[in-house]
Amino acid sequence: MTPHGRVEPAQADHPARQPRIVAEKVNAYFGTTQALYDVSLTMLDRSVTAIIGPSGCGKSTFLRSINRMHEIVPGSRMTGRILLDGEDIHAMDAVLVRKRIGMVFQKPNPFPTMSIRDNVSAGLTFGGVRNRTVVAEIVEKSLRQAALWDEVKDSLDNSGVSLSGGQQQRLCIARALAVSPEVLLMDEPASALDPISTAKIEELIYELKRTYTIVIVTHNMQQAARVSDQTAFFYMGRLVEFDDTKKIFTAPAKKQTEDYVTGRFG
Amino acid sequence: MTDNRQHRPQTRSLNIGDELFKNLTRFFAALILVLVVLMAYEMAVQSRLTWNKFGLSFLVRSVWDPVQENYGALPFIYGTLVSSFLALLIALPLSIGIAVFLSELAPPWLERPVSFFVELLAGIPSIVYGIWGFFVMVPWIRSAVEPALSSALGSLPLFRGAPYGVGMLSAGIILSIMILPIIASISRDVLRAVPRAQKEAALALGSTRWEATRIAISYARSGILGGAILGLGRALGETMAVTMVIGNRPTISASLFEPGYTMASVLANEFTEATSDMYLSVLIEIALVLFIITIVVNSFARLLVWTVTRRSTQGHT
Amino acid sequence: MKPTIRFRYRKFKSVLLYALCGLSALLAVVPLVLIFYHTLSLGLSAINLDFFIELPKPVGETGGGLANAIVGTLILVGLGSLVSLPVGLMAGMYLSEHGNNPFGATVRFLTDVLNGVPSIVTGVVAYTLVVIPMKHFSAYAGGVALGILMIPTITRTTEEMLRIVPQSLREAALALGIPRWKTTFRIVLTTASGGVITGILLAVARAAGETAPLLFTALNNRFWQTDLSQPMASLTVFIYNYGVSPFSDWIAQAWAGALVLMTMILVLSMAVRIATRSRFGRGT
Repeated sequence: MTPHGRVEPAQADHPARQPRIVAEKVNAYFGTTQALYDVSLTMLDRSVTAIIGPSGCGKSTFLRSINRMHEIVPGSRMTGRILLDGEDIHAMDAVLVRKRIGMVFQKPNPFPTMSIRDNVSAGLTFGGVRNRTVVAEIVEKSLRQAALWDEVKDSLDNSGVSLSGGQQQRLCIARALAVSPEVLLMDEPASALDPISTAKIEELIYELKRTYTIVIVTHNMQQAARVSDQTAFFYMGRLVEFDDTKKIFTAPAKKQTEDYVTGRFG
Repeated sequence: MTDNRQHRPQTRSLNIGDELFKNLTRFFAALILVLVVLMAYEMAVQSRLTWNKFGLSFLVRSVWDPVQENYGALPFIYGTLVSSFLALLIALPLSIGIAVFLSELAPPWLERPVSFFVELLAGIPSIVYGIWGFFVMVPWIRSAVEPALSSALGSLPLFRGAPYGVGMLSAGIILSIMILPIIASISRDVLRAVPRAQKEAALALGSTRWEATRIAISYARSGILGGAILGLGRALGETMAVTMVIGNRPTISASLFEPGYTMASVLANEFTEATSDMYLSVLIEIALVLFIITIVVNSFARLLVWTVTRRSTQGHT
Repeated sequence: MKPTIRFRYRKFKSVLLYALCGLSALLAVVPLVLIFYHTLSLGLSAINLDFFIELPKPVGETGGGLANAIVGTLILVGLGSLVSLPVGLMAGMYLSEHGNNPFGATVRFLTDVLNGVPSIVTGVVAYTLVVIPMKHFSAYAGGVALGILMIPTITRTTEEMLRIVPQSLREAALALGIPRWKTTFRIVLTTASGGVITGILLAVARAAGETAPLLFTALNNRFWQTDLSQPMASLTVFIYNYGVSPFSDWIAQAWAGALVLMTMILVLSMAVRIATRSRFGRGT
């Protein structure tokens, strides 16, 4: 019943994109509770895929299974395959998977004992990059990409937690970008932020998709409609519908999707 | 509902550093386990001479004659138990009083310093209690407490005899001061964990504040009991302070004024003097008995405190 | 009328019992004040520069100091830390990061058991483990005894403090492709370092005040000794030996030793207090 065969939805303003991440029949469990049922989904290169659905529908679990963060929860388990550029991520070292697939969390979580600079460079220095000039360059580049450079360039040695919530979240984005991932997963990145910060993050996503493949989980349907190219609707651990964002929000194929996007439940 | 043929074991993190680190930390954790077992094993092996000669009767014999190589642990077991229970008898009501004071009565500006003082009491080294007890408390007990007790309650065998100062009573009092902080702080914590609704329900029914407090105490009683037993465990093994005030004489006497001896004290006093293998093995056997008693007592106390805190956290969620 | 009288009685009882509670708190403070007062007044009268820089004088001669005992205590506590720090920190990390299993629960329980073992018993074990094979008393034996005593405190505080570190920080680090072990070491442990240091200082303070486990391990020594395989002096054993001696000069020095010991421990626990306060003061 899941439309996972649909790989490249035709899109007017985008030429056909290559598939970057392919999920095949993913089932995820916490102990004996099953959180995902046979989810198959293809995320395209340099596009934004939004995952929407009511809370508890498994959208975060799905996102966390893409970079093998699901498995760090004790008692968790998953079956099925997730391919990154055709390669099974479970055949790779988890550390390498996470270097290639970065993640931004719902609540900004900078390392409290580190300065802004060290927060951004953490992934590099712990990964063994020692050259200071290289690190400094990447820190600047990442902060620029995260649209934070102008605000913090004179206070790089201040603590990361001294920033405002919106700045902290952009710091976390910069931190994720610094290890030069190919894919960026965002788990409700703006839900803890004020409207102005939210707008900044959304602008940023629009910029970033030129270089990165982005998957974003959001409970905010306007946000999904604004930033994404494709949208997947999850309900009760199943993928109900996956299509171009425009189509999902204007002419969904499934009744459940329609009820959700028109605000009749969830 | 799902196709089981699709399920296959998932390869977990293969990072070598992670596996190495996990096993390294596990090794050190296992070291603690090994250490506890090793402690019991070492003492059992080193005391086998005693075990072979006296067997279990060692625990009920009351002779202590190193010259004739004739030994029994009863006076020490008796002294340990009596001094510790005496300490508990004094410390428990006081501790509950302090706990009620801290959790229900005292305003924050008073609660914090008193809590701090009680914690300081726990931080004073045993040896300092020892010399203070020996030079300050014992003379006071000899000149004031014991004469007063014997004139008031001298008909009881407990308070008969000459006021030496050093003896079971002094040991009990110094121990009670030492275990008070443990019992008081645990009781305070469990009293604070009592759900407000319990007290408010009582107050709403027209109870006085004290009656509501009594309900809180009875609600928290197994936690307080756990704290008391932890305090008892500490008292059983306390060495220096007791050694300096108990008189160190291996006799069993009904009077609290008489000197006594505890398992810990006999170890402190006679271990370096134990010249024969037999003497040494007897002392190590006493250490083993003390080890077993404290483990049993502490395990029981942990279990009690654990049940109560678990119940209260369940109550909150 | 009757209910009123009954109610008054209950009211009176309430006030009376609360007064008794306040009295217990007062009673608990009395010995503390007395101990401080006596240690301070008796200790101060015997303390002078010689106490800190001179060796003990032979029996019969007055004067001298306990310099070797002060240094000895520091050496013994240092040895104890060498034994206990690796075990305590690593085991604490295991319990917090990987210890949610029956093995972890067993180790946790045994750590609590070890915490309740009387220090004199630990001394006996150190004697059988170190003194008997070496055939003589030594600083090593004392260090092992103190180390065993310090392990439970360090292990459990390390575990508790690492558990307080929010899971989100671990996830942030793991999601950057930082391996789990580096995450634990460089992110989790650094974030919790204030609390972990508090635990270590508590263990050090407790070890510095221990006498019983040293009586027949490190024994005592009236001379300078830097050879760790030889008996080593300590402040606490000196306080005991001098305290029960018949010489008033030695007894006075015992009080001075008690004062120095108390000051050391008080300074440590104050440092702990300030450290924890500023840690909690910083919030989130």
